[in-house]
Amino acid sequence: MIFYSFFKTLVGKEVAVELKNDVVFTGTLHSVDQYLNVKLLNVKVVNPDKFPQLCSLKNCFVRGSVVRYIQIPTEHVDTELLQDAARKENAAKK
Amino acid sequence: MAATLKEWKNESVTVITCDGRIIVGILAGHDQVQNLVLKDAEERVYSMEEAVELVPLGLYVIRGDNVALVGDSSSWENSLQAEPLPAVFQHVI
Repeated sequence: MIFYSFFKTLVGKEVAVELKNDVVFTGTLHSVDQYLNVKLLNVKVVNPDKFPQLCSLKNCFVRGSVVRYIQIPTEHVDTELLQDAARKENAAKK
Repeated sequence: MAATLKEWKNESVTVITCDGRIIVGILAGHDQVQNLVLKDAEERVYSMEEAVELVPLGLYVIRGDNVALVGDSSSWENSLQAEPLPAVFQHVI
């Protein structure tokens, strides 16, 4: 739940999503769900020379199970808030 | 906001499967685990030697486990030559 809540705070921001098939997309985070499936708007392929077939994609839904990384700009991350949330979740679990 | 495929219902979509295939079709149906029903589906096979090969598939059901990405389907360049997409790499123990 913590990462779902975290990504909900990033809706509207530019993120880069790297999939397990090595494709990297940048786009605006439109929505996320409990499985961390991600919907991105206005996507751009980071390596258009390697994956030219995907350059015509505009909006896409990426299944959470195929995501390797989601790169977020540091200025959008409140690390203290995250640490607090993590601590609370761990305390709740115990 | 939940991420769903609702907005693409009855639209032409591009599906990338976990084995690296690109399938284009009209999204007739879907469920919460991304099982998909595609109408008039066709697979776009890319290679370095030839132009794009279009394989007509008709009515297709794709199990959600194998879906990597679902996107909109805009202009396609049929003369593009490219290496096929890599498969989603999963560790095999």
